[in-house]
Parts: sequence; C-alpha cells; structure tokens
Amino acid sequence: MGKITTKNLNLWYGAFQAIKNINSTFAEKNITAIIGPSGCGKSTLLRVFNRMNDLIDGVRMTGEVLFDKENILEEAADLVVLRKKIGMVFQRPNPFPLSVYENIVFGQRIHADINKRSVLDEIVENSLKSVLLWDELKDKLKQSALRLSLEQKQRLCIARLIAVKPDVLLMDEPCSTLDPQATARVEELMRELKNNYTIIIVTHNMQQAARVSDDTGFMLLGELIEFGKTERLFTTPQDKRTEDYITGRYG
Amino acid sequence: MERHFDQELDLLNKEILKMGVLAEDAIFKSIEALKNRDKKIAETVIGDDVKIDNLELEIDEKCVDLIARYQPVAKDLRFITTGMKINAELERIADIAVDIAQRVLELLDKPLLKPLVDIPKLTTIAQKMVKDAVDAFIRGDCDLAKLVLKTEPEADNLRDLIQSELVNDYMSKDGNSVPRAVQLFLITRFLERACDHATNIAEDVIYMVRAEIVKHHPEKL
Repeated sequence: MGKITTKNLNLWYGAFQAIKNINSTFAEKNITAIIGPSGCGKSTLLRVFNRMNDLIDGVRMTGEVLFDKENILEEAADLVVLRKKIGMVFQRPNPFPLSVYENIVFGQRIHADINKRSVLDEIVENSLKSVLLWDELKDKLKQSALRLSLEQKQRLCIARLIAVKPDVLLMDEPCSTLDPQATARVEELMRELKNNYTIIIVTHNMQQAARVSDDTGFMLLGELIEFGKTERLFTTPQDKRTEDYITGRYG
Repeated sequence: MERHFDQELDLLNKEILKMGVLAEDAIFKSIEALKNRDKKIAETVIGDDVKIDNLELEIDEKCVDLIARYQPVAKDLRFITTGMKINAELERIADIAVDIAQRVLELLDKPLLKPLVDIPKLTTIAQKMVKDAVDAFIRGDCDLAKLVLKTEPEADNLRDLIQSELVNDYMSKDGNSVPRAVQLFLITRFLERACDHATNIAEDVIYMVRAEIVKHHPEKL
C-alpha cells in the first residue's frame, strides 16, 4: 500500500529544474532507498515530502504529493502537523544543546503541550527503547546530548522524532558520518523501525541501499530513471543508465 | 550483534535442506518403484521433478540476490557460492531419479530378470551419502563430509559387482535377457552417479568450512 505517492512532480530552484516529472509510490512500513550521483535531486525529493524546500527562496513546485491521499503541496497544508507526521534525520546528527531527556521531550512540549513528568518519563523511556539506547543512557538522561558519541547522537535524533509519533521517517545520508560498525547498528535499527514506520532513505552508499531497503529508486539529473524491488534493481536493472551507475561505470 | 544477513543465510540454509530432502526422497521413491514394480510411483517421481527444478531456480536467484545486496566476503561468500554449487548437484541427483523412473517404466511389462538384492543396497548407500552430504553442509560438519568421501569406494565396488554379474551371468549367457539387463545396468550406473554428486557436495563443504580445496586432491584428506 502506498503511504506517499507523487504525481507529475516537478520542482525548480529559480530557473533550474531539480526534479522532473516524478511519478512514484512509497510503500507503507517499507524502507525505500533513493540513490543517484551528487546533484541528481534525491535530497531535494526527500525534502519535498515534509516541505523543507519551502525554506529556500525561489522554489516552485507543480504536481501532487499524496500523503495518506491528501496533497501536501496544497497551500492549506499545516506544515507543523506535516513535519510532525513526516520527520527527518539529517546527515550530521543535530541534537539540541540540551540534556538527553530534554531533547526527547522537546517535541512533546511544542506539539502536545505535555508537561506532566510521569507522561514525559514514559515517552523518554519508550523512545530510547525504540532506538536501543535506553540501557546505555537510562542513567545519563541529564547529561548533555552533545557529549554522546556520533552514533548515539544519531540514534537520539531518531528517538526525538519517534517521541512525537510520526508515520514516516525521512533519512538523508543518516550514516555518512558513522564508522562501519555504527553504520551496521543503525541499519539494524532501521530494520526494527520499519515494523512501525515508513522509511525513505537517501544515500550515496549503494551497498547500504542494497542491504537495507525493500525498494530502490535511481535518480539522474532530476529524473527518476528506475524504481522497483531492491533485489531486482541490483541484479537485473531495466535501464542501461541504472546498470552503468550501480556497476560504477557512471557517476 | 546479530546481523540481518544472518537471518537471510539461515533461510537459504533451510531452502537447501528442503532441496536435499526432495532429491534424496526422489532417489528412494524411484527404487521403490523398481522394487514394487509400481507405475504410479515412477510417474510421481517424473512428475514431481518440476517442483525440484523450480526450487533450484528459486535458490539460485536467492544466492544471486544475496551476493548483489550484501557483497559477502570470506566464510559468508564461501557459504553462498557453495550453496549454489550444492543446489546444482541436488538438482542433478533429482534428474537421476527421473532417469531411473523412466527405466522402471520400460521394465514394467517385462518379467523381473533377477531378485533385486544389490541394487537396493546401492540405493541405501546413495541415499545415505546424499543425506550425509546435505547434513554436512547444513551443519558445516567436515567430519561428516569426510565420511561421505570415504564411502564412495564402497559404492564404486558395488556398482562394479552388479554390472559384472549382469554381463557375465545374464547378457553373455542369454541374449533375451539383454534388454532388461541393460536397464538394470543403467540404473546401477545412475545410482553410482548420484553417489558422485554426493561426493562433490562433500568436497564443497570442506572448502566452505576450512577454505581448503580437496577436490582433485585426495591426498589432502
């Protein structure tokens, strides 16, 4: 079942067209990877899904992006609610300069105006357990999040998203600053999380896309060249450009 | 940390085990058809081969997917490449069962040439070799793989004994016995070929576990 569907989606930065007529469906509770060379539009596409591109001057979009059948490109879309339902994890983990605890409850205080300690405690525990950090951090909740390792920070950022109960997690190169072991652990975490969330990941790392995703899309110069089951795309790509890219002959 | 990849390898292991059980069962049934002169069983062996062929394709595809997605190295890579080879050997064993079943159908309208004693013995050896070879793969058990390799001369000797009896006691003495004796001669050869495939599997298992090539190097055993 499609959680997010794009229809004839185009995006321009001023006169430059970064996304060209993309039609695709992102399945619910699946991991979908978007791969492609630098500048192909994959991060731009990811940012369309929670309207992060709106923050950039001169951006114009046409087409539709249906999230649970509602077009999120409508002027009337409530962006605060949208970004709560479709959260984003960035390349470099970006915890707030607050304690571990306050990082996680920050969204609750903003979105739900929850301040009752017992409720917040439960949210912190559950969120940290979802990202397998509870045992490591349960005695360090008052410690500054900035003192955590890079991997812990990235997990904390995921926990911070989960605390506000999103439907979709967008991940933009979430492991690019992590070492191979930490990357493997975050990938295992993604597999755990997909039982409850729809995950869309943008990655330069084709091996990561191959290992972790159910579906993969290959983008080139703003176009979605090929989209399908990951095992098929990596064994029998239908488009020569996909084949050239994944075999290292292009890009 | 348990890797997701390990779960995938475990699934592959189970699929190959299933392939082994089907191949072993096909050989057993083909000889049951011969012993009981049972047309229905022979036809079942022939008809069921398509299931084994399909499973072979599925396993092959799975192995290629795993290589493409996980870029395995070292023992993971040896496990998958060995799995692919074993898959092909098992499919050949199942084809041998079909060959035997076809010979059985040829023999059904003719009286039995002789009481069957040594062919069922050879079947038991072949079945055990196939089962042990697949178990050795599933468990990564080199000792069991070596046992399979050590059993092969027994199968060769029994084949020689049966074939020389067919030639000396039947074909050369009674020209009318030749068509039936040839069928039994072929069945014996097929069974011994099944043992050869089990041997190949056992050699591959030793490579998989110890990264040691014993194929064509019997002195290494």
